[in-house]
Amino acid sequence: MYKYDEYDQEMVDTRVAEFRDQVRRRISGELTEDQFRPLRLQNGLYLQLHAYMLRVAVPYGTLNSAQMKVLGDIADKYDRGYGHFTTRQNIQYNWIKLEETPDLLAELAAVEMHAIQTSGNCIRNISSDQYAGAAADEIVDPRPYAELLRQWSSFHPEFLTLPRKFKIAVIASEKDRAAMKLHDIGIKMVRNDAGEIGAQFYVGGGMGRTPMIAPMIREFVPLDQLITYSEACLRVYNRYGRRDNKYKARIKILVHELGKDEYTRQVEEEFAHLLTLPIEPPLAELERIKTHFVEPAFDAGASDELDLSDPDFRLWVERNTHAHKQAGYVIATVSLKPVGGIPGDASADQIRLMAQLAKDYSFDELRVTHAQNIVFPHVRKADLYTLWQALDAAELGTANLDTVGDIIACPGLDYCSLANARSIPVAQKISQRFGSAEKQAELGELKLKISGCINACGHHHAGHIGILGVDRKGVENYQLLLGGSEGADTSLGQITGPGFDEDGIVNAVEKATNVYLSNKQGEERFLDTYRRIGMAPFKEAIYG
Amino acid sequence: MKILTGNDLKTGAVIWWTGVGWSLDVNDAADVAEDGAAIVAREEGVQNVFAAYVIDGVRSDEGVRPAHIKERIRALGPTVRPDLTLKPSDPDAINWVI
Repeated sequence: MYKYDEYDQEMVDTRVAEFRDQVRRRISGELTEDQFRPLRLQNGLYLQLHAYMLRVAVPYGTLNSAQMKVLGDIADKYDRGYGHFTTRQNIQYNWIKLEETPDLLAELAAVEMHAIQTSGNCIRNISSDQYAGAAADEIVDPRPYAELLRQWSSFHPEFLTLPRKFKIAVIASEKDRAAMKLHDIGIKMVRNDAGEIGAQFYVGGGMGRTPMIAPMIREFVPLDQLITYSEACLRVYNRYGRRDNKYKARIKILVHELGKDEYTRQVEEEFAHLLTLPIEPPLAELERIKTHFVEPAFDAGASDELDLSDPDFRLWVERNTHAHKQAGYVIATVSLKPVGGIPGDASADQIRLMAQLAKDYSFDELRVTHAQNIVFPHVRKADLYTLWQALDAAELGTANLDTVGDIIACPGLDYCSLANARSIPVAQKISQRFGSAEKQAELGELKLKISGCINACGHHHAGHIGILGVDRKGVENYQLLLGGSEGADTSLGQITGPGFDEDGIVNAVEKATNVYLSNKQGEERFLDTYRRIGMAPFKEAIYG
Repeated sequence: MKILTGNDLKTGAVIWWTGVGWSLDVNDAADVAEDGAAIVAREEGVQNVFAAYVIDGVRSDEGVRPAHIKERIRALGPTVRPDLTLKPSDPDAINWVI
């Protein structure tokens, strides 16, 4: 994985020193809160419902063991013994003290991590496929391109005060595991007819109060123009994105209002201008970055045999592992969704255990997924049972990946000052209602996502089943959506009708799944059946 | 009643105006009536508290409770982690939030 050079390290260390001084001045009274607030937000420090919250960037979700261990240590030393992995592949701490934040950031910097640009109207952490570099179906490892974009977007002076926040995802396979089309810019690495690698650009997607699927605006951008084209997309947005209305300030609104063709025309015009400057980093820089993403030293003779005589292990293998490009290896996903648990939360001990296990069994690498799970990307099949036993002993062995139990849920009203309703208790009740292995097997792939407000951090628009919490005259109320998807077949869920209370929404989910089971044909997933039979039978069952 | 809340500058903790100072326990909150804005101006000036604002509250036999669910959760702590709430030894404490 990428290693900081002296410039990266100096930038991060300098920022820590700068923030240390800003915190000192805030506490001494030299800075007012109005003056200090943008400074702390630029360093990922929010004020949430109960305390300060720190959001730490995990570039494209990739971590090494040393970094993961530090994340666990920070949970103990500066928080209350746990961390929360987010839908942006980051980690958040909920109980941070301002006076301790500079020391915390210094400990992060020591392992090449930071919280810069995890807040504010700038380009946020670049996300990617959690199976990058390991998946059998990728045409190339997307992470070097994500890293190039990270370096370009970090401290980019022109894009630190955009009309609104800006999110970029990079993938390199047909199967979209990063919700790419629901980003401000989604980049899909592709191969053209000449066999060359390039980037396909999708611009203007997003969730929030106005969900939109990004249209493709360029089929192929050559690698030596990747940054220039990205710059052109941002420049048009920065120039014409609406700053007068926060709710219409995202690029999706600009692309929608201009129309895809006009936005694309303006980008191409800006692109042509930028090509004359030129601003593109030399390809040698991309090649330098690629050297950090070389394949691990796989055992070419690793056995493909797997002893599945333990039924619990067998179930976990079936549910939570994915084909690796290297024979004898698998990609293993740790579900942070135990039955009745809090989606995305992990204790300090669990985080440190995963760090050690990655060191022992996954070439020192881990990934955070946007579904709030953790991936061991390179596990030798011969080590898989030992790995699972260690995980299972620490309550990390739940076999429910991509099932109804693998729920994405935002922190909701239990933690978030923007939320209107609690997400986590609803997730816990659904997880318990559908917790049995038999029930999950019966329902198959079913992606359920819960947001506690219209900002959609829980990706409810993209759930096969989505739940949106709203405030109805001071009482929590939950709307049900059906038919969303974040995959290659991206679609937006549709609201079924009037909302429910907490128990009512769990019952409504059960009724929806019963309609699926009654109408399922062959190997259809819930989403497939919904698309075939439409909303009407579901509404009838839920409200009839 | 009107109660005044804010956050402790150094720790970020949720705090409540008691009439003479600040408390972590919402049960200590005083009725600030129409004086909230003046107290906010004075207290933020001495740098101990920030993000202060006045909310509606209710006093009952059980103590002082914010009127809105968001503020009740803010006063108690996350309902999904009883061990991290204002009353970690009282597993039923979340009953006054919902």
